[in-house]
Amino acid sequence: MALNRIWVYAEAADGKVSPLTLELLTKARSLGGTVEAVYAGADVDAVASPLGAHGATKVHSTGDLGGALAGVPVASAIAKAITDGNGPDLLMFGTTYEGRDVAARLSVAVDKPVLTNNVEIELDGDAIVVTEPIFGGTKLVKTRFTDPGPHLALFRPKSFVAEESGGAAAEVASLEVTDAGTAKVTNRHVEEATGPKLDEANIVVSGGRGLGEAGKYEMIETLAKLLKAAPGASRAIVDAGWVPYSYQVGQTGKVVKPTVYIAAGISGATQHLVGMKGSKNIIAINKDREAPIFTVADLGIVGDVHKVLPKLIEALQAR
Amino acid sequence: MPAMHVVVCVKQIPDPAEPGKLEGDNTLDRSGKLILDESDSYGVEMALQLVDKAGDGEVTLVSMAPNSETSGLRTALAMGAAKAILISDDALSGAGALDTAKVLAAAIEKAEPDLVLTATESSDGYTGTIPGQIAALLSLPSITFAKEVHVDGQTVNVQRQTEAGYDEVTCPLPAVVSVTAGVVEPRYPSFKGIMAAKSKPVEQLTVADLGIDAAQVGAAGAGQEIIAVEDASAREAGEIIEDDGEGYAKIVSFLDGLKVI
Repeated sequence: MALNRIWVYAEAADGKVSPLTLELLTKARSLGGTVEAVYAGADVDAVASPLGAHGATKVHSTGDLGGALAGVPVASAIAKAITDGNGPDLLMFGTTYEGRDVAARLSVAVDKPVLTNNVEIELDGDAIVVTEPIFGGTKLVKTRFTDPGPHLALFRPKSFVAEESGGAAAEVASLEVTDAGTAKVTNRHVEEATGPKLDEANIVVSGGRGLGEAGKYEMIETLAKLLKAAPGASRAIVDAGWVPYSYQVGQTGKVVKPTVYIAAGISGATQHLVGMKGSKNIIAINKDREAPIFTVADLGIVGDVHKVLPKLIEALQAR
Repeated sequence: MPAMHVVVCVKQIPDPAEPGKLEGDNTLDRSGKLILDESDSYGVEMALQLVDKAGDGEVTLVSMAPNSETSGLRTALAMGAAKAILISDDALSGAGALDTAKVLAAAIEKAEPDLVLTATESSDGYTGTIPGQIAALLSLPSITFAKEVHVDGQTVNVQRQTEAGYDEVTCPLPAVVSVTAGVVEPRYPSFKGIMAAKSKPVEQLTVADLGIDAAQVGAAGAGQEIIAVEDASAREAGEIIEDDGEGYAKIVSFLDGLKVI
């Protein structure tokens, strides 16, 4: 079956299109056919330009959702387009809060599977094949859609590199919401974060259970500040309540691919490795020589973080 | 306050501490002992607390697992859940997330809950789509990624994790809510709880019992086919040294070499 038309579910915050959306548009362009975006938000006119610059010729807009969670209304709008014969052959979503909600709802509405956690998509003759890493990224599973479309697939962040196509602003078309949904946002809270963002930082310094106690996370923050890095964390210490969820690097949490990743007191559970093994350079400090983190480390220090980190901080402060 | 009946979807998975294995047909090897997915223990705890707060009601577990596996269910029953529904059927081998959601939704419907709690994703398949799919199949509202859940009459109020922080979200009951890990501290089963769990009812069902056509679920109905499983390229082994007090200097010179300091 031919891939004539691809829709990418676009997301933006404060008028800025998410890097993940631009990555997906770039990849979609390489698959042939027409690339279009779906967007839910009042500021579609502002995002039409960056979407177009990355290859979307059209953006199908639901308009402002009036505080409703995106899942129900956006899925209803896409499902209607599909039922009316105006839908795509393939829908690409980012693995995000909203992306997963919309894809899940839509899969039921059109009774099609949604393939998740993908890092690659390719055409094999007429078949669409997606790749999902499993077992901490040690194995890659390639799966083919066997049903007739539309096909639904979710992709992990940073699977593709965003590149501009030089296209003009996407033409805005309207997409009719048939079910507004009953889950409503009544208030939004922004947690103040200082320094670079975890998934955009050039250097990430993460701490884990090896720090011993919540108070010792301060060493991670100090080191991060010295290196102009973003502080991160393993799931273990997020679950333990030492730091907020937004710090978490891993399968559940952020995927990071910085130039340098420093893992301090992190053993390297599969859950964590998935989120950081794509980093260009990995430095690990851990007491246990057998810790899995050393299998991905470019430089591994087998030692006590309580001894290594203070000296490292002192040496960097002295520079 | 009226009685609060909560269904918690729980998954019984191979121990994540053990290396995973695939079967010949590329499904996950689930033949060994299965345990309660730790991610689900948060939903169980949250459900128990909500029932406590309501003063009346109970927690029902719903799970789909091969070989009539109940060991993970017993853990959640020992925490305090009242009963369980287990769907175990050879026809479900190779079932995708949508089929799994169809099976779970049919079982949940039988239980007629006020609220359905799930984890945000399982620790073996981690699709993260099942909560939304269950809600869509049951025509219920859903709120995913809850870090706090409060029930107020016929409404559920949730603090929902976002990229920037969190949103306060509200919807009418019944509803499906997926909870993040760390939302509450799961209790350890007491000895009394463990003993009591042994005699709590576990209703075992097949897909036919749920009125689902076996040909529509499992590998046959999945709409997808695994065509290859390959080894990912491994990272080259790095330099691993024992800290002799000068380990920090190695890190400084490594960072220097990369020109990032």
